[in-house]
Amino acid sequence: MKYSGTAHVVGANIDTDAIIPARFLVTTDHEELGRNCFEGLEPGWVKRVHKGDILVAGANFGCGSSREHAPIAILGAGIPVVVAHSFARIFYRNAFNMGLTLLEAGDAVQGIHDGDRLEVDATLGVIRNLTQQTEIICVPVPKFMQDILGKGGLVEYVRERMAKDQRAR
Amino acid sequence: MPQTLAEKLLARSNDQGDVHAGRIVQCPVSLVLANDITAPFAIKSFEAMGAIKVFDPEKVVLVCDHFTPNKDIDSAQQVKVVRDFAKRAGIVHFYDGGESGVEHALLPELGLVGPGDVVVGADSHTCTYGGLGAFATGMGSTDVAGAMVLGETWFKVPATIRVEFSGIMPAYLEAKDLILLVIGKIGVAGATYKALEFGGTVIEAMEVEGRMTMANMAIEAGGKAGLFAADAKTLAYARAAGRTDNQEITPDPGAVYERELRFDVSGLSPLVACPHLPENVKPVEAVQNEVVDQVVIGSCTNGRISDLRRAAEVLKGRKAAKGLRLIILPATPRVYKQALREGLLEIFMDAGAVIGPPTCGPCLGGHMGILASGEKVLATTNRNFKGRMGSLDSEVYLAGAGVAAATAVAGHICHPGKI
Repeated sequence: MKYSGTAHVVGANIDTDAIIPARFLVTTDHEELGRNCFEGLEPGWVKRVHKGDILVAGANFGCGSSREHAPIAILGAGIPVVVAHSFARIFYRNAFNMGLTLLEAGDAVQGIHDGDRLEVDATLGVIRNLTQQTEIICVPVPKFMQDILGKGGLVEYVRERMAKDQRAR
Repeated sequence: MPQTLAEKLLARSNDQGDVHAGRIVQCPVSLVLANDITAPFAIKSFEAMGAIKVFDPEKVVLVCDHFTPNKDIDSAQQVKVVRDFAKRAGIVHFYDGGESGVEHALLPELGLVGPGDVVVGADSHTCTYGGLGAFATGMGSTDVAGAMVLGETWFKVPATIRVEFSGIMPAYLEAKDLILLVIGKIGVAGATYKALEFGGTVIEAMEVEGRMTMANMAIEAGGKAGLFAADAKTLAYARAAGRTDNQEITPDPGAVYERELRFDVSGLSPLVACPHLPENVKPVEAVQNEVVDQVVIGSCTNGRISDLRRAAEVLKGRKAAKGLRLIILPATPRVYKQALREGLLEIFMDAGAVIGPPTCGPCLGGHMGILASGEKVLATTNRNFKGRMGSLDSEVYLAGAGVAAATAVAGHICHPGKI
């Protein structure tokens, strides 16, 4: 799982109301949610994003509600991977279920600046900062999570389980 | 090996004795929950999984409470999706219209959750049921769709932070103050991936509604669960809600905790969480001159009858300050009716309150009390993130029902004893 793109840096304790405010939760459309990504942080924030760009955040990213709309809005905005100091628990699980890759980089995340060009290898847990010519080694995505990502998310995992249960009957 | 409450509850559920922190367990669930915001996604995932039937139509609960009574066409369409699915899937516990209430206040009073249960819900405040001695946690819609199909899910067994409260509870101190005390101490990520387990003499004396208020906000410290032992009070509550076969559940002496915190509550002042994080906790005296435009009393945190009684004690014979909007939302139809019987609604109306239907409404900035730019609210809800209840330039203060009522009367943040 490799990604490359421009870093967009946001702060610590970014909550799900900042990622996608409740007033936008009246749809399940990925693109529409994507258009309103980070409206609760800064109106029009998403306009800076090009497809494939990388979000970089501080500690406790995604805290607050369980809304799956949050990782979907990020994916819908064209961002396939988030690098953060750390993540809130429900968001962490939701992201992998939806196919959004997350990497926890700890304090090293502070060395990444807005606009830096990054290359991320989530399997190895390596972030290369091409602008600053630095490298961050972090814990790779756990195998269990890689399997879910590999299947394209939790939906396919459950499909397989149901088929297996059917065969067992 | 001795077990924490989290370990014990997860072990009971999957019949594996050796359940300890760090282990990944596959667990059957007692109940699966979603609401009108999260169920549409869960239904979408459910269908994408190729499922037709839920694992048990009695154990999947759908509550329309966030944008209801529907605020606009889009939210009405969304509830329609949920209603149609409930019909198609034969969901027994579907709540809409006059049967509906704020989910985490509604399910306990209906006896749908109780001690020993393992509950997953597509709502972060599902952790409320920890107040009843259940292992309950919030998840996303697709995780919940998986549980709707399979009747099970996986958990990493959380490490536990034990929190003990001792001393004499001051008259104006509420359960809300105790959980704000904890969040202020450990921060909004202080319990991330972990369970909080509450105990001590103050907790033993606390009624179940207060315990649910505390468990509810475990997520505001990042917690996976906020757990209380199931004791005689829990069993009495569960029995009254129509549940049978309830058992006491306590953590084992000698259980291993990652961290232990002790608080003496004697002499403490009520607390207020200031903008824009629940960890920005201050004694009410430190912010008492802050003028607010609106006060909201309600939500899954503090919309139960005990909260309304406390508010009524302060509001009786008094009026909300001129220019301040007081909004009171009883959390369920039963709470509403009880408040009516006890004359609380008349006290609220005489105080100039707007009494709304049971809904999550303003708590999440949905409807029924949205803030304009520059406005401030003091609410008994659970989150004060920037823009949570309206404009990005509005501010939210969080407190218990007594402080909320006193603030409504004073027009500025106020200690209930100083009104």
